[in-house]
Amino acid sequence: MSKESFKVKVGLAEMLKGGVIMDVTNLEQAKIAEDAGAVSVMALERIPSDIRKDGGVARMSNPHMIKEIQDNVSIPVMAKCRIGHFAEAQILEALEVDFIDESEVLTTADEHAHVDKHPFKVPFVCGARDLGEALRRINEGAALIRTKGEAGSGNIVEAVRHMKMITSQIIELKDADLSKKAEEFRVPLDLVEEVAKNQKLTVPNFAAGGIATPADASLMMQLGAETVFVGSGIFKSQDPSERAHAIVKAVTHFKSAKDVLTASYDLKDAMKGILMSDIPEDEKFSNRGD
Amino acid sequence: MIGVLALQGNFDSHIKILKKINLKHKLVKTRDDLSSVDGLIIPGGESTTITNLLRKNQSLIDGINKLSKNKPILGSCAGLILMSKESNDSRVHNFAFLDVITCRNAYGRQVHSFEAKINVKNGIMSSDIDVLFIRAPKIDKINNDVEVLATFQKEVVAVRQGIHIGISCHPELLNETLIHEICFKGKT
Repeated sequence: MSKESFKVKVGLAEMLKGGVIMDVTNLEQAKIAEDAGAVSVMALERIPSDIRKDGGVARMSNPHMIKEIQDNVSIPVMAKCRIGHFAEAQILEALEVDFIDESEVLTTADEHAHVDKHPFKVPFVCGARDLGEALRRINEGAALIRTKGEAGSGNIVEAVRHMKMITSQIIELKDADLSKKAEEFRVPLDLVEEVAKNQKLTVPNFAAGGIATPADASLMMQLGAETVFVGSGIFKSQDPSERAHAIVKAVTHFKSAKDVLTASYDLKDAMKGILMSDIPEDEKFSNRGD
Repeated sequence: MIGVLALQGNFDSHIKILKKINLKHKLVKTRDDLSSVDGLIIPGGESTTITNLLRKNQSLIDGINKLSKNKPILGSCAGLILMSKESNDSRVHNFAFLDVITCRNAYGRQVHSFEAKINVKNGIMSSDIDVLFIRAPKIDKINNDVEVLATFQKEVVAVRQGIHIGISCHPELLNETLIHEICFKGKT
């Protein structure tokens, strides 16, 4: 795939900046999200907190459900495939979803390799916990990186950890032996050099995993995220539409505490969160894929 | 000093272009931010999202309307739709700075997004520039007083009315400065 078509993929990620991407499980939720000002919706059958609760194998969503949403909203529609499941990705591309999330929230299909994303026309977003992981995904063709956080937890702690990790590792590149770093990260030297020189990833960098309140969204934006994904946080709350509006406002005006305050004012209870210590290591979504 | 509307969208890449042509910039999120600007860019993004955020702030809408009386405004993609008099989506705000009718997502979903060269005609000058069309709109109808500024395969992709310019695609994502120079150079 040529460099030019990669720019077309990153181009859509650029358009999504300063916005909120919301998980939705049906058309009604997709409409609420769009009306509240979402820049995009992630169509999936079960939101992460339910996947966590239900157990079993979590796969790509039913195409019929995705199509119904595509036909009825005007904003871009994203969908998830399992890590390494390139056949699911091919189906999502044939369906013409606007972005594919190769996601740790679904059950891993290949424990050794992610999807080779270069041959696809549809752009991919992938999760990362650190710079090495982010660069491996970019090298495989991801047009957008998001923190993994811990999806479905309603707990921001992992997203904060991952965002700060990536930021500090980029700063460390300034004085590092870059060929050693490239070896450590298992990516080509020129990619590491470009990140070291520009002091940012070569694709946009969004936040995901555990964002539940306008304050969470503002926190991630202040830590350097360029947009936020909100999964379970909206439709697991008691006031999805109001909360969706509030988080959109908080992202736009993240630097103004007054605006984030107004956005937060009349909200009901947020989703109930889970402590990281209450999730067994082997049940953490963020440990899937490397 | 050029303001860049930063409610949502690719305001970053427009700032990069302004820097490249040595124009100062400032982010615009409220009416107060409009004071002392000599022009405004309405970037690409999602026109429903930007509309939603604009409508929560009538004074910002009023401020942009007032600015348009004597300062140039450049809109790209979603920005073009917002600047047009009418679009095929009644939910989207229309500033009506450009007497054109636009159609959202007219090329289809992201798999139909593409890179292209468009031809820009400005007075006697004619040049080709590189752009990206990202889930781009089309300009369906052009009314009186609107001038064609750029075309792609005989279709109109950029227009000018008085001091304002609207373009359906993204020269700024490929580091092309020409449209920004035409709109703002010598006017600040």
